[in-house]
Amino acid sequence: MDEKRVRFEAQVLPHLDAAYRFARWLSPAPADADDVVQEAILRAFRAFDALRGSDVKAWLMAIVRNCHSTALKQRQRRAFVPLPEENDAQDAYAMTATNPNPEDASIRRDEQRTLDRLIAGLPEEHRTVLMLREIEEMDYRQIAEVTNVPIGTVMSRLARSRAALKAKWLQEAEAVPHAVR
Amino acid sequence: MQCAEALRVQAYFDTEVDALSAADVERHIEHCAECCALLKDLKEVRGVLRQESGFAHAPSPLRAKILRALDEEDAGQAPAGVGSIARSGTQILARSRAAPFWTGALSGAGGMAMAAALAFFVLVPRFANPLLDELMNAHARSLMPAHLIDVVSTDKHTVKPWFAGHADVSPAVADFEQQGYKLIGGRADYLDQQRSAVVVYQHGSHVINVFSWSGKGAALPASVTRNGYHFISWTAGDMRYCAVSDTGRDELMGLVRLLQDLGARDTVE
Repeated sequence: MDEKRVRFEAQVLPHLDAAYRFARWLSPAPADADDVVQEAILRAFRAFDALRGSDVKAWLMAIVRNCHSTALKQRQRRAFVPLPEENDAQDAYAMTATNPNPEDASIRRDEQRTLDRLIAGLPEEHRTVLMLREIEEMDYRQIAEVTNVPIGTVMSRLARSRAALKAKWLQEAEAVPHAVR
Repeated sequence: MQCAEALRVQAYFDTEVDALSAADVERHIEHCAECCALLKDLKEVRGVLRQESGFAHAPSPLRAKILRALDEEDAGQAPAGVGSIARSGTQILARSRAAPFWTGALSGAGGMAMAAALAFFVLVPRFANPLLDELMNAHARSLMPAHLIDVVSTDKHTVKPWFAGHADVSPAVADFEQQGYKLIGGRADYLDQQRSAVVVYQHGSHVINVFSWSGKGAALPASVTRNGYHFISWTAGDMRYCAVSDTGRDELMGLVRLLQDLGARDTVE
């Protein structure tokens, strides 16, 4: 392997999981997310020599978002609407938390499914900032860089998405008392 | 009608405000029931998201596919004049070296630690600060299986005395589980030519190593990010501390503030 490839694998590929999660929140169909991630990594590799600064993660996530937008536009031009692949989506989610009690594990899976559905129901720009903040633990400046909006917009979107998710979660709890704690 | 301070309370919650504003917000929350409730909601939403939401990993077939695509990209860019036989030779070599490593070791969460460890060794020549190198290597080493913790305990009264026999310093130790930083144990590490004490915290899915040693030797930058890992260092009396993690910089700062507060209280008493 040449020196560029070695540096690329050391600096960029540790963020592959984050890029994959991000693509999954952006694209409802898993196959689309795979394509987006692969395209993003290749683009990142081509642009790697031009990378300045140390925030590799934010840089990569911005590329993922751009690839997603491009792919979305292409799909819309072809007017092709993918069928939801619900089972694929669930299988592909590997949880890091392990729980030895099968009953608990099943409840957890139900809750996770409910939560995934609620998150998926948020508008894309809200879902994006929420997940970048809470799961990827990025700060406002990084999120602003990835989503290409001012920090003020990041803050208001974050506030709205958190409030919306909380409200939906409560609604769900009232409608199906056993589905959520 | 929402309180005008709501966004500032959110920024406080996300540790995006400085210490002065933080004190300001805390005072405000005491008097504003609405913002007090907001803070509670923010904590709840974060708790649910971090607990229930799947931390998905890129599936191994996708990883393998991406690495193959990179191989092709690499081969396409081979310098002119290199014969096609030689080129395909390097490609085969690159593949045979890459494939078992990626498909095997990198298929799970442990794989990420391996990748991070690899990153450290590959990148070491680029760092000018030898102490930072030592910290990097120690953090990477700690993520290898069975290297993280020497004394497993969530009780500061167990962890702190343990250091007395195993390290040259006695650092500030406390459990901040309430604030999201769970004390999981301690470790002794050889650093800057002495036996340093390392307190290990867990924050979400991230490990935070807080190194401490007595103050001599090379200076460290107050805050630095290397390859996605954040280093925040500070001094307290003649002790020096450095917190290292791949969690967000503000999350790491949250723990640093708690430890600094703890240190300040200890000195007063």
